[in-house]
Amino acid sequence: MNNICLKSIDKDNPSSLATYETMGGYKVWRKILNGELSPEKILEELKIAGLRGRGGAGFPTGLKWSFMPRNQEGQKYVVCNSDEGEPGTCHDRDILRFNPHSVIEGMAIAGYVMNATVGYNYIRGEFMEPYYRCEEALKEAYDAGLLGTNIKGSKVCFDLYSHLGAGAYICGEETALLESLEGKKGQPRFKPPFPANVGLYGKPTTINNTESFASVPEILSRGGQWFADLGVPNSGGTKCFSVTGNVKNPSNFEIPMGTPFSDLLKLAGGLRKGRTLKGVIPGGSSTPVIPAAKAMKMTMDYDSIEKAGSMLGAGSVIVMDDTTCMVKALTRLAHFYYDESCGQCTPCREGTGWMYRVLKRIMDGQGKSEDLELLLSVQDKMLGNTICALADGAAMPVESFIRHFREEFEYYIKHGKSMVENDG
Amino acid sequence: MISDQAKKEIDIWVAKYPEGRQSSAVMQALTIVQKENGGSLTNELKQAVADYLEMPTISVEEVATFYENYNHKPVGKHVIRFCHNISCMLNGSDELISYLEEKLDVKTGEISKDRLVSVKRVECLGACVGAPMCQIGDQYYENLTKKRIDEILDGLK
Repeated sequence: MNNICLKSIDKDNPSSLATYETMGGYKVWRKILNGELSPEKILEELKIAGLRGRGGAGFPTGLKWSFMPRNQEGQKYVVCNSDEGEPGTCHDRDILRFNPHSVIEGMAIAGYVMNATVGYNYIRGEFMEPYYRCEEALKEAYDAGLLGTNIKGSKVCFDLYSHLGAGAYICGEETALLESLEGKKGQPRFKPPFPANVGLYGKPTTINNTESFASVPEILSRGGQWFADLGVPNSGGTKCFSVTGNVKNPSNFEIPMGTPFSDLLKLAGGLRKGRTLKGVIPGGSSTPVIPAAKAMKMTMDYDSIEKAGSMLGAGSVIVMDDTTCMVKALTRLAHFYYDESCGQCTPCREGTGWMYRVLKRIMDGQGKSEDLELLLSVQDKMLGNTICALADGAAMPVESFIRHFREEFEYYIKHGKSMVENDG
Repeated sequence: MISDQAKKEIDIWVAKYPEGRQSSAVMQALTIVQKENGGSLTNELKQAVADYLEMPTISVEEVATFYENYNHKPVGKHVIRFCHNISCMLNGSDELISYLEEKLDVKTGEISKDRLVSVKRVECLGACVGAPMCQIGDQYYENLTKKRIDEILDGLK
C-alpha cells in the first residue's frame, strides 16, 4: 500500500527534495537530461502501463500526450489540475503536501515529451498548505538546477509555476480551468477544438490531474509493465482512494486496482459498531450511488464499478451506513451542484436549481406525490445536453438515489419526515 | 488605493505569466487586496485592480463575482468557513455548525457583534478524511468536535 504517489507519507520531511531523492526521485528526469530516454520510449511505456487519467474521466494518459503536436512551432503548455473539489475527494491534497516533487518531475517529463517548456500547476485557492509545500519544492528543484533553461547543459528547458484558484468547483473541468488560468470566469469551452490544439492562451496544451503526473516518474523508473501488473486488465496500476463518511478510520489509501471494496472498507476500519452498510458512492459525489449488497461484491477498478452501475471517477469512496437519511444526503449533493453550476448552459443552470428546490420542498415536509417523477424528468433533460459534464454529475446521483432508495423518498413525501430514526 | 506592498505581491504573480497576459494574475490580485482590506472587496478596489492590470472593469467584476472566495460585504476579522458537504455531513457537521452559531450568537452568513468572527457554510474543501472540518484564514482544522471548536474559538483574538 502507498507505494507510488503516497510513498513518502510516513517519512520524515516527506515533501523535501532529499527525501524524494532517497526514494529514487528525479532519476528518470536525470536520465532524460542525459539524453538516455526518448519521448517515443516514454509514450510507449505509459501506454503499456495502462495509466488512465486519475481526475475522473479515466482517459489514457499516454494517448492524451500523443495528441499534442510536439513538432509544431511555438509555445506549448503543460497544466496540472490540482483543483481538487469533488465532494469526497482529498488524495491530491496529500500528494501535493507530502510528495510535491513527484508532481514536479511528472510535469517536467510531460513537458519534455510534448516539447512544452512552460507548466502551470493550478491549485485550488483554499489549498494554502499544499501551495506552500509546492512552492518550497519548486524552489528546491530550481536551486538544484533541475528546472529552468538549458537544464544541466542538456538544451532541455522547463519552467514551472504554481497558480492559485479562488473557489469554484467547475474549474476542475479542464477548459474551465484554462479560462480561469487566463484570468476569466471559469466557464467551460465548447469542444472541439480540444486543448491539445487550442489550449492555454490559444496554444497547444495538455492538462492532467495531480495523481496522473505524480504516477509518471515511478512508472518510467520501474517500467510500464511493472505498473500494469499491479492492477487488473483495463485498469493498470495502483490508485489513491479517499475513503470517507461512516467508517471508523477515514483515510487515503493507495492500493492496487481490482482490490475488493470489502478489503478497502476493512482498511478504513470498517463500519462503526452495530451499524450496517446502506450505500456507497464509489467515485465522488458525481457518480451514481450503489446499494450495499452490490457494493460488497464489486472490486475497485473501472470495469467492476461500471458493472455495479457507477463509475470509479476520482476514487472517492463515500460510505453511508443505516443511520444515513438518503433524502438528506441527496439534497445536500443537489445543493452543491446548484451552488457550483457555472450558469452557462440552461439545462444545468435551471435544472440544478429545480432539483435542489424540489428536494428541499420534500425535506420541508411540503413534498408532493408527483415530485419523484418531476425530479427524474428534470435530470433526464440535463443528461448529455450541456457543454461539460457537471450537469451529468448533478443528474446521475438523483436518478440512482431514487432508483435504489425510492421507499425513503416516498416515505418522506407521505409523512413529511425521514424514515431513518433520529434524522431528517 | 493599492498599497506598495500589495503591488509588490501582485507583481510576483504577474511575472509568472507571458508578457501581455497579466490578467492571469487577477484572481491573486483580488485575493491580495481583499486581505489587505480586512477580508472584503469594494468597487474602488476592483477598479484599482482593473487599472493596475490594465483590464476592463467588467472583466474584473466578472471574476470577483464568479468565485466563492471573494466577499462583497464586510466580514469578521476571522471567517470560519465550515464545510457542510456530504462527508462532513455524515460526520456531524450540521450539529457542529449549530453549536458554533449558538456559542457565537451568530447565524451563518453573519458577523458576530464584536465583529471578531463570521461563519460561512461552504461546499467541499477537499479534506474529507478529516471530516468534519473548517477553514480559518489559511489554516484547515480537521476532525472537529465541540471541545475542539471551543479551543479554536478561545485562540481567536
